Amino acid sequence: MSGLVADSAALARKDLLLELRARETLPAMLLFVVTALVVFHFALPADVSDRAAGGLLWVAIVFTALLGLTRAFVAEREQGLLDALVLTPCDRAAIWIGKALAVLAFLVAAELVALPAYALFFTALDPAAIAGVVLADLGICAVGTLVAAMAVAGRARELLLPLLFLPLAIPIVVGGVGATVGDEPARSLAFLALYDVIFAILCFASFEYVVTE
Amino acid sequence: MIRARGLTKRFGTKRVVTPLDLDVGAGDFLVVTGPNGSGKTTLLRLFSGLVAPTGGELELSVDRSALGFLAHEPLVYRELSAVENLELFGRLYRVPERRERVGMLLERYGLWDARHERARSFSRGMLQRLGLCRTLLHDPRLLLLDEPFNALDADGVELLERELASPASERTLVVATHDPQRLDAFATSRLALA
Repeated sequence: MSGLVADSAALARKDLLLELRARETLPAMLLFVVTALVVFHFALPADVSDRAAGGLLWVAIVFTALLGLTRAFVAEREQGLLDALVLTPCDRAAIWIGKALAVLAFLVAAELVALPAYALFFTALDPAAIAGVVLADLGICAVGTLVAAMAVAGRARELLLPLLFLPLAIPIVVGGVGATVGDEPARSLAFLALYDVIFAILCFASFEYVVTE
Repeated sequence: MIRARGLTKRFGTKRVVTPLDLDVGAGDFLVVTGPNGSGKTTLLRLFSGLVAPTGGELELSVDRSALGFLAHEPLVYRELSAVENLELFGRLYRVPERRERVGMLLERYGLWDARHERARSFSRGMLQRLGLCRTLLHDPRLLLLDEPFNALDADGVELLERELASPASERTLVVATHDPQRLDAFATSRLALA
């Protein structure tokens, strides 16, 4: 277990270092999410309902995450490095955990800018909505990293990733919107937590089969 | 070490490895030759476990921790330095006394002075040397090398030949090459793919 944690941490650190040097993923995510919120702000009437604004926030979050996931395995794909990682004796789930942690870090960084921008343009988020964002991030990164690894192996990977990811993200959006503007945010938060637990277990158990033939 | 019986590999309708019977014992040095597209790389990938056979049997008596694979690409992160790459893989391979081992390999393969430079700035030959360091890092018992002399200069070739000839290592080697004469001195068996 300590080996899994150490390997996951080493792989996540590697991805953060790669991003720090290449600066390819996070700037794109930041630019996208801020642009999306600015466009929504100017395109919608001033008296837009909180419910509509909340929905748009979740559209922005999901597509920002998708942008990050599209680039999650770029280094591994372009240089065949997934083979090198798969050949090491580390638990293959460590590859998934490390990558998911790195994607989570990028998504949280983007949201640290996006949520204040949302508060500025629309309305401040309450604690339940922020908890919803946190839980949704976990689910997005868990599921998204698995399907990003699946898409890497395919030929039409740019098409395959959204095709696989977006249907799986629908429950996250439903739970997230419920936590943001719903009447029973606690129920939505419980739903998101359940989603995270179920999909984290599924992804942990199945990642090995995704990266090996 | 490796036992194959009726081993085949297809990609779609194309048969890349035809039924193959093969035994590679511990300490053997197998040289695999053949024209482009004859299945040399696929055979090495089968032995490494990166691809699964379509048919037949394949048994390996080593696990991943004792297997070293040098592919066409050096399989190193271009945005990491030589040291960072080897530290990462050394950690994943649980290499004991990792720092010393990394330093020794970088020194031996002439990359010590460039150890803190990003691999992106390396020439193709330096990348090949770094790929060899990554492959040898955990002192594997089974070494699979795909065109290992690619891009190496005369010094690099000499270093690799010295590594292959090392009597201290009880390694089993499978080397795919277009230049088998270079390996005549080491080979204990040959496999020519058509």
